[in-house]
Amino acid sequence: MNTSKNNTAQADKGGKPSARNNPFCDPTLKSRHVRSKLFKLFTFLSITFAISFLLFFLGDMIIKGLPAFKQTYIEVDVTYNDKTIKSTRRAIDKKYRKVVSRAWLRNIPRLVEQNPALMGTTQPAWVLANSQVDQYLKGHHYKLKDKYRKLIDTMNQDGKVEMRFNKNFFTHGDSKIPENSGFKSAIVGSVLTLIVTMVVAFPLGVMTAVYLEEFADDNRWTQLIEVNINNLAAIPSILFGLLGLAVFINLFGMPRSSPLVGGLTLALMTLPIIIVSSRAALRSVPDSIRQAGYGLGLTRVQVVQDHVLPLAFPGIMTGSIIGLAQAMGETAPLIIIGMIAFIPDTPGSIFEAATVMPAQIFTWAGMPERAYIERTAAGIMVLISILITLNALAIYLRKKFEVKW
Amino acid sequence: MKKNLKTKVSVKDLNLYYGDNQALHGITMAIYENQITALIGPSGCGKSTFLRCLNRMNDLINSVRIEGDIVIDRKNIYDRDVDEVAVRKRVGMVFQQPNPFPKSIYENVAYAPLKHGIVKKGPACDELVEKSLIQAGLWNEVKDKLSEPGTSLSGGQQQRLCIARTIAVQPDVILMDEPTSALDPISTEKIEALMLELKKDYTIIIVTHNMQQAGRIADMTAFFHMGDLIEYDDTETIFINPTLKKTEDYITGRYG
Repeated sequence: MNTSKNNTAQADKGGKPSARNNPFCDPTLKSRHVRSKLFKLFTFLSITFAISFLLFFLGDMIIKGLPAFKQTYIEVDVTYNDKTIKSTRRAIDKKYRKVVSRAWLRNIPRLVEQNPALMGTTQPAWVLANSQVDQYLKGHHYKLKDKYRKLIDTMNQDGKVEMRFNKNFFTHGDSKIPENSGFKSAIVGSVLTLIVTMVVAFPLGVMTAVYLEEFADDNRWTQLIEVNINNLAAIPSILFGLLGLAVFINLFGMPRSSPLVGGLTLALMTLPIIIVSSRAALRSVPDSIRQAGYGLGLTRVQVVQDHVLPLAFPGIMTGSIIGLAQAMGETAPLIIIGMIAFIPDTPGSIFEAATVMPAQIFTWAGMPERAYIERTAAGIMVLISILITLNALAIYLRKKFEVKW
Repeated sequence: MKKNLKTKVSVKDLNLYYGDNQALHGITMAIYENQITALIGPSGCGKSTFLRCLNRMNDLINSVRIEGDIVIDRKNIYDRDVDEVAVRKRVGMVFQQPNPFPKSIYENVAYAPLKHGIVKKGPACDELVEKSLIQAGLWNEVKDKLSEPGTSLSGGQQQRLCIARTIAVQPDVILMDEPTSALDPISTEKIEALMLELKKDYTIIIVTHNMQQAGRIADMTAFFHMGDLIEYDDTETIFINPTLKKTEDYITGRYG
């Protein structure tokens, strides 16, 4: 009692008017509020930082990548005859040769084959332009002599230049001719690789999780296994690449650069993620369900298969899709097993050489021509949209199959 | 004991250990057919553990070691040639929290009989589901919504669904582990009435914390304390004229 009286007396002497008739007055409160406001500001600043970096990255990608979805075509006269089929360069007037894409010219024999009536004629055609012309028209850095620049300017005035949707990006594989290069072989390669990954990793991972959660005794061995699975999830991915190289290619002699090896390597990498998330999903199934099953005289398998797994399924799916998305963005281990190679042709099976989306992006990012920069960005846009779609699918599946409790 | 009743379950010198910790000390008792036997006692006295010995649910816990005999229909259920799964089919169990499977009401009841091969899919199965739900007093409430999830029912209905699910397997003995402690008084009353109905066909053993409940429904009452069976007699005797001071103290609410 004595001390409290002293305190009030001191506060009075301090001459703070509020302290006198306000029983809620606490002199330390002001600085405490300031501190909490500062803390709140810091937390807010950090999220603002994170979001602004993300927005900057996405914005930059979109600005750089969007032009890649348009490609320049020019209208020139094309001559179809025996000579030009053998030496396709000659099909185009000398004046225009430097502005036309070499890749398009390669098509001439095929065009004649498809339409024999073309033989022996000279007709105007919309032709894929050289990447330098394309870059010039898009206002990027270009290497084009003044002569050709003027030529393109006059053609543009005559309406002989057009920007069209870049179909090639989705129908072609990689190419050393920038305007001809596309993302298709990388997309197909990724799909094939991920199919292998899922086919291997999903059943193995789920079965492992079921064994560890539902059947295994909790002893030193299972604890050791558990620790190692968690460790496995933290191993640098490039080491998995070395493992894949050593085991799948060198030991088992599987084809190099193939989606089979890539998929198996990524499966090893994805396994821990699937196991850990599946175990968490199984653990979240209330024990009362298992008790109910056993109480009715059901066997362990019946309880797990018909009652526990269906309840854990949304969680298992979510974890697996997130693991899949992670595997899709993985590059390092695939570089080691040769999936970084130049792959112009779309792989037809899991045994053929292939590349994957992130590896293709990596390859393009290292190319000297300016036209590959926008392709790199466009590739990233495609990859990120697929990843976002996968994550959205994971959320949707979880919401849809979640059992209301 | 003094009644002229047939013994259904006979427990002889049952000891149970959780690791080094002894939880049940030499329990010996006879449980009579078509009677309700209540197990009462303070928390942690071993009554639930004892109940779970009767259908070998404790086998699911690794650290548990059990000594002694539990003879049901002249066969010791802990014999080597007895499968625990088969024991649980004959000795059904209802839990404290209603725990229907997150499936439809129909599937909740039909699942186990189908798995046990008691019935085949089709009219026979429908009949069994109907019969079980009627017996559990739930049929009139759910007959129009058999395909709705069992979890959509109220707590008391869920518990009766769990009872229906248990009797659909056609057990001899039903174990109930505090079946009404999570329910409101009205649902409790319904379940109690149901139990009195069910004892015509089944032997019921119930663990309860509610002394009045034991007094209302049980024919026999066993008082457990610290892993010992202190006293076991007619419910009337236990409640009105217990032999031991300890029992009397617990019944009158002096501890527990």
